[in-house]
Amino acid sequence: MSDTDEEVVSSTAAADSESVTTDAGDTGVVTDDASEVDTTDDAGGADSVAGDAVDAVATDVDVDRETPLEVEGLRKTFGGIVAVDEVSFDVEAGTLTGLIGPNGAGKSTTFNLITGMLEPDAGTVRFNGEDVTGLQPHEIANRGLARTFQIARELEEMTVLENMMLAPKGQSGEALWRSVLPITREAVEREEAAQLERVWEVLDFFEIDHLAEEYAGNLSGGQRKLLEMARALLTDPDMLLLDEPFAGVNPSLEKRLLEHIHELREEGYTFLIVEHDMDLIMNNCERVIVLHQGRVLKDGTPATIRESEDVIEAYLGGEV
Amino acid sequence: MSGADTGGWFDALFDRDLSLVLVVLAVIYVAYVLAGVAFGYGLRGQLNSIANLTFYVGVFGMLALALNLHWGYTGLFNIGIVGFMGIGIYVTALVSKPPVAEGGAAQVGGFGLPLGVGILAGVLVAGLFGLLVALPALRLRADYLAIVTVAFSEIIRFTMMSRTFQSVEVPAALGLRADTVGLGGGGGLILNYTDPLEALLRTVFLWEPYLAVLDVVQQTLIPNNPKPVVDGLLYGVMLLVGVFAFYVLLTRLGRSPFGRVLKAIREDEDVANALGKDTDRFKLTAFVLGAALMGFGGILWYSSRGSITPPSFRPNITFFIWIALIIGGAGSNTGSFLGGAIFAGLLYEGPRYVKNLVEAAFELGDAPRNFGEAMAGFASLDPMPFVLYTLDSVSQLRLVIMGAVLVWLMHNRPEGLLGHRKEVAASVGLDRPSRDETTDASAATDGGETR
Amino acid sequence: MSIADTYGRYRQTLAGDPLAIGVALVVLWMVLSLVSGLLSGGVQVSSLASLVWDGLLRGLIIGLAGIGLSMTYSILNFANFAHGDYLTSGAFAGMATSYLVAGIGENSIGPLLLVGAGGSVFGGALGIGVTTAPLAVLLGAVVAGGFAVLLALAIDRVAYRPIRDESGIALLITSIGVAFALRYLIQFVFGAGVRGTTAAGSVPRVNVPMLDGTVRITAHDIALVVVAVGLMLGVHLLLQRTKLGKAMRAMSDNEDLAQITGIPTEQVIRTTWIVGGGLTGVAGYMFVLWKGTLGFNDGWLLLLLVFAAVILGGIGSIYGAIGGGIIIGLTASVSVIWIPSEFGRAAAFVVMIVILLFKPEGIFSGRTTA
Repeated sequence: MSDTDEEVVSSTAAADSESVTTDAGDTGVVTDDASEVDTTDDAGGADSVAGDAVDAVATDVDVDRETPLEVEGLRKTFGGIVAVDEVSFDVEAGTLTGLIGPNGAGKSTTFNLITGMLEPDAGTVRFNGEDVTGLQPHEIANRGLARTFQIARELEEMTVLENMMLAPKGQSGEALWRSVLPITREAVEREEAAQLERVWEVLDFFEIDHLAEEYAGNLSGGQRKLLEMARALLTDPDMLLLDEPFAGVNPSLEKRLLEHIHELREEGYTFLIVEHDMDLIMNNCERVIVLHQGRVLKDGTPATIRESEDVIEAYLGGEV
Repeated sequence: MSGADTGGWFDALFDRDLSLVLVVLAVIYVAYVLAGVAFGYGLRGQLNSIANLTFYVGVFGMLALALNLHWGYTGLFNIGIVGFMGIGIYVTALVSKPPVAEGGAAQVGGFGLPLGVGILAGVLVAGLFGLLVALPALRLRADYLAIVTVAFSEIIRFTMMSRTFQSVEVPAALGLRADTVGLGGGGGLILNYTDPLEALLRTVFLWEPYLAVLDVVQQTLIPNNPKPVVDGLLYGVMLLVGVFAFYVLLTRLGRSPFGRVLKAIREDEDVANALGKDTDRFKLTAFVLGAALMGFGGILWYSSRGSITPPSFRPNITFFIWIALIIGGAGSNTGSFLGGAIFAGLLYEGPRYVKNLVEAAFELGDAPRNFGEAMAGFASLDPMPFVLYTLDSVSQLRLVIMGAVLVWLMHNRPEGLLGHRKEVAASVGLDRPSRDETTDASAATDGGETR
Repeated sequence: MSIADTYGRYRQTLAGDPLAIGVALVVLWMVLSLVSGLLSGGVQVSSLASLVWDGLLRGLIIGLAGIGLSMTYSILNFANFAHGDYLTSGAFAGMATSYLVAGIGENSIGPLLLVGAGGSVFGGALGIGVTTAPLAVLLGAVVAGGFAVLLALAIDRVAYRPIRDESGIALLITSIGVAFALRYLIQFVFGAGVRGTTAAGSVPRVNVPMLDGTVRITAHDIALVVVAVGLMLGVHLLLQRTKLGKAMRAMSDNEDLAQITGIPTEQVIRTTWIVGGGLTGVAGYMFVLWKGTLGFNDGWLLLLLVFAAVILGGIGSIYGAIGGGIIIGLTASVSVIWIPSEFGRAAAFVVMIVILLFKPEGIFSGRTTA
């Protein structure tokens, strides 16, 4: 069975994004056998392809705790300004949690503190039960916590494929000697070939496979966002921190992105999303944390947040 | 799959890069041979000229490649190249020079170990110093790293010149052959160890055959003392082999996950970190390897000389190699070599040849000794003194030309010849893999190798 | 704030800052070995004093040249590797003028203008010296500064302005090209030889008695101090009292403001080159006058020390450049007490490397700077 069928189907799926609506329940049948295109679900070829694409993308999510991310008492000052002040919250497994707040509330700083790009003056960050406070960014990323950047930071001089091939963890070829010496190089090449398959699958899932050989610098803003997320996914994370993934994204792309995120959540990924777009967060997240002037103002379900007077006041005068 | 990929790699090499390199080299060599004809060189003269050209093409090519690893791949701004080169040759000398008692006129000796050991030691110690410099300095931004590396290379030069390390008596109690060792101070060291070419040939059991070949050459081509000429040519060939080895190493390195991470680091280190790469480790590895390669380049460069002295290790050479890399295009290995070749042929040796050509073509008088006398001619509307003075000063002027070329490049073509070319960093072709077993080979190879 | 409090605070800072601890230990060792040397007679007070004096003078030159480098580094955002050659250019221009003024009438113009290239004219014979030919020296210093200004502006127009928006690294590489071109043009015109520019023996000097020996102070030492301090005072007044100076201080002091206002206007840039270039040219001339020799490599040899001073003082800080210069000069000079003399400059480089590694913003940053 050739793969041209699959290509044709996924391209029609891409062109016709409206029809690939994934309600949370439909593709819930998780088939572990990711390599076969198996139309077990007769809800339509496109749907099942999307579902299997998710399966191909999603790996065993290693979360055995209820709250993979626990943040307590985080504090960071720059000069005289307290950017983050006693911020504490937990993120539950398999949820979409939103982190919102007016400009300057400390959202990005909190992200940077969690992911190790900044060292907190006080407080702890626990990931999967382990204290990761103050660890280097790469150490935290290696423990399963992936992040995207607010301004999509594509490696512009590298192709989309190269960007993607960069992401997976534990590549044996990243040791110099293995890549260079004759016998070991063959093993590296085999590993790369296997990795390549997965890369293409993820590209298909995000429907940017047609851009594979483009230099990342030539991509549009929206395409970069997709690449950013695809790349983060390839690191086999347990949890993803998305920093304003929808900023500057047109509505149809936004919809697509949300669908992808929801699908992934079904697989067990946990998301913490920073966003400005209140509606988006309110409509998609199970829990919302509101930051204001570096502090947690409110923490609860969208309904709770909507009714909170504190939140309304904090946003008065700002954009909603 | 790997066999097909290597085949693909060779294909790419042979179709574009190799032809480009050969064309450029051919042009330069032909120009030099023609110049030789104009000078009335006999065979000996021509061969010497070619050997000399090949020497510089070889050393600048090798060192530009090593610098490409630092700057083109990893974004490490190293202007201490000459320091690592110097460490390489000085350590080799220290290890391989014979003791003073056996060494003739030399005032400072070495440990008398075989040359191969000395070279290995030189490369390792250069790499070690690379580690020493990189460990603290890795996190520095590019211009600070530049300042640190150039300060480092100057400190190395001061050490070479110093009286403190000039000569040290080795205690007899240690039972070593060496009696007095040291760095030779301001006078430097005489390289009185085995001639490297002879050492190499002996190791591969080709020494006797080589002597036989020399006999033949003596009888047929160069009746009068052919050895220096043939030695020079052979050394040049050896250097080109060295260039090729560097090239293969660096290309393999570049087309691998390791090289991929280096590229990512150069562009945006934070992203590499966010993807779980320990960027410090990668930068360290790249820096140490590059430093070791530079040490090796320094050894090959200076081994052909009879002696080494500290003034040879001033930062000018570092800047030459930088100019070579910028000309060729940082980031491209082929470009690095081409830059080295073009620099050697056109900017380094070229001006002297132009001067000799002009002098051979026209009957010229003596050049004025200074600028004043040169300008004096203009008073009587005679440009000749100035022209003569300019020609005579061509070794200084070539540095002015180099500077001007660098400025021009940075304004108009900072990516050099081939820097725009992006070499995809992966050990396999990145085309979409076919599910079908039998179409594996054709699908996976080709593409992604050269753009 | 009681003594106990202050003491506690110092202890806290010391404990938390490995650089401070390291420096404190090294300084402690240096002081102890110095004191023991002095007491035992191994080190003479007079030689120490001579070294300090020498280091101070060197430091003033480095500081003067450093002001320009610091300004261009911070306002134009690149490390100008051609800065040393601006120094050399000023020195040659100034010396040519001095030779011309001192020797005209008795010597032909050509050799005078070429500062005795080829050994045709000798500075000593001409009597170049601040006491023997004050007019020549004065004019020389003025021309040195003026020429360096013109040169800096011209180079900026030709080499740096076309790529003003490029990265600091691109400009750095370009400045290396400029340095090559400039230095070897100077060699082309003036020859490669190092020439003596003053009659060293005839410079008036004073042997100041100092405990166990004497410290020699020459008229050129004094001239150097006068000129350097005067110029630094001038820069200080410029920065504090004039509107332009205030603008420059704001630009340099407040990074955020600089970022908001974007790329600095051409006027600020011009002023930077004028002030910086002028100071550097004069520094070059005074340097050559003081040391009595002139060669085409002089500025380049000084360049790394000037970088060291600028980094030590904090890039963009003019007072920092002066302070840094003095510290570097003293380090290079006085370090011979503890280490072999050939490593004097190496010691200064080591200081710079240490600062870059541990406190790249410099030791004077954060204070009131300009």
